[in-house]
Amino acid sequence: MLLIILVTLVYLAATGFFAWLGFRQTHNAQDYLIGGRQIHPLVMALSYGATFISTSAIVGFGGAAGSLGMGLLWLTGLNIFVGIFIAFVFFGKRTRKIGHNLNAHTFPELLGLRYKSRFIQGFASIVIFLFMPIYASAVIKGGADFVQSYFGIPFEVSLLFFVSIVAIYVWMGGMKGVMYADAFQGLIMFAGMAILLVSVYAKLGGITSAHQSLTDLINDPAVREQTAKSAADGFLGWTAMPKFGSPIWWNLVSTIIMGVGIGVLAQPQLVVRFMTVKSNRELNRAVVSGGVFILMMTGVAFVTGALSNVLFFQADGKIAILAAGANDKIIPEFIRRFMPEWFGAVLLIALLAAAMSTLSSQFHAIGTSAGRDFFEKTLGRGKNSVLVTRGGILFGILLSTALAWMSRYLDASMAIIATGTALFFGLCAATFLPAYVGALYFRKLSATAAKAGMIAGFVTSTFWIFFIHEKESASLQISKLLTGKASLVLGTALEPLKMVDPIVIALPVSILVTIIAGLFVKSKLEPAHVETCFKGV
Amino acid sequence: MLGFGDGWVLAAYLFCVGSTILCVVYGIINWNRGADKEPTQIQEEVAWAETEKKIEEEV
Repeated sequence: MLLIILVTLVYLAATGFFAWLGFRQTHNAQDYLIGGRQIHPLVMALSYGATFISTSAIVGFGGAAGSLGMGLLWLTGLNIFVGIFIAFVFFGKRTRKIGHNLNAHTFPELLGLRYKSRFIQGFASIVIFLFMPIYASAVIKGGADFVQSYFGIPFEVSLLFFVSIVAIYVWMGGMKGVMYADAFQGLIMFAGMAILLVSVYAKLGGITSAHQSLTDLINDPAVREQTAKSAADGFLGWTAMPKFGSPIWWNLVSTIIMGVGIGVLAQPQLVVRFMTVKSNRELNRAVVSGGVFILMMTGVAFVTGALSNVLFFQADGKIAILAAGANDKIIPEFIRRFMPEWFGAVLLIALLAAAMSTLSSQFHAIGTSAGRDFFEKTLGRGKNSVLVTRGGILFGILLSTALAWMSRYLDASMAIIATGTALFFGLCAATFLPAYVGALYFRKLSATAAKAGMIAGFVTSTFWIFFIHEKESASLQISKLLTGKASLVLGTALEPLKMVDPIVIALPVSILVTIIAGLFVKSKLEPAHVETCFKGV
Repeated sequence: MLGFGDGWVLAAYLFCVGSTILCVVYGIINWNRGADKEPTQIQEEVAWAETEKKIEEEV
């Protein structure tokens, strides 16, 4: 306990020092920009990473790798290739330029101004306001689960402790624009994960030997018995993909890999980051840091999560999920049991830092959706929008805390954090991606087509979540209440559809509707407006 | 190879490493490209950043 207090104090003092250092150098926007041009690329690099990764990725998805295996590495690959390379090179540069040309400051505002549609801005803001708390609750649960395991305290206490720290941080205005503090957090995260990777591989005799032990684990009779239920659902071991077309295969491939891997392109809080970058040069440089950083964060978390099975089995004779008690407890318990105490303290701080930067950007997006996008721009009411924004942030914090608290009633063997995150990412992809791509690349796409695609994507996605995809519809209970069945397709010829994630259906629907409407309805936007949007692109 | 149980997981492992190498190579090749040099561009940046700062302060 003394150790953790000591580490926390050192961390807070260092963060404060770096924040002060950054603040001293940046007094106004002009200074901030000029300063940004002189900042060392490594500082820039680390600050990027810290805002991208959260407890959801490390605790939630790392835990999912503990039960589903290393197939999750496809997600790391997509995180790097789609989430960094494609996002920065093909989306980031245009987003930045068009956003600046239109003086847009939020994602709904970018879409609304580009298509000259108050409806689009309003609709996007409502979707973000109502659904982003699900993702925020996943990040909060990741932090609270870690605190609970580390200190051995009840979940309610750790949740309250974690949310209080977050609320104070957000209330103080976060650490926005303070590059050195972000970079310091990034450095801790990077170092923490590097130590974790080296120690796990070292404990198991090297890279190939570690993987081989995990491959062989499934052949142990005791392990066969413990995994009998998941084996019936398609699980074939931690270093193999699940059986093609099985429930576990659909969960891994359609929900976890595709939902998050593709959904990252249309994440409102990440899109905004592109606009705050000072020039395309910074985006080019960030591709290097982003790629390496994501590999070290999610790659290490997934490898560790899967390999933890070998160590848990050697120690307790139980696979990770049984030894830890719940999917989302695998990483916290692994750190507590198999890593030195000082490392647990450092990682706790790293995870808190990771959660802070992500949560503050999420609550910022929730607040501005309510105040700037909906109240001020869509309803056209200028007065009190600051109050509405702050009220929105408070609502976001309370709702996501309540959701995190309610998650204890869900099946603990489910990857709750990963599922919650994937749900929001998938919903964003289906609702926003075609309209967003159109805004950046298709000058002639009409606002009507963008609207039609957004509505079609959103309606299909929510319908699928509430009535078809059993993993979610069964927990949400609405289908059961209205129709008596957890999923509408149960007991019909279409029953296999209950395993298919919404993104697999809703994104193609959204793309198709956007294309068809685009072909039939011509854009009414004036050529001068389109020229302004694409100036310098 | 590398102790994995099937080729798909090995492919995922290599996809992660390959994508990272792609990012590093792309970033290094374009390290100094894309800086805003025109004074008008810099002025635009400043105007945008000032509005952004105002919004941040309100939040």
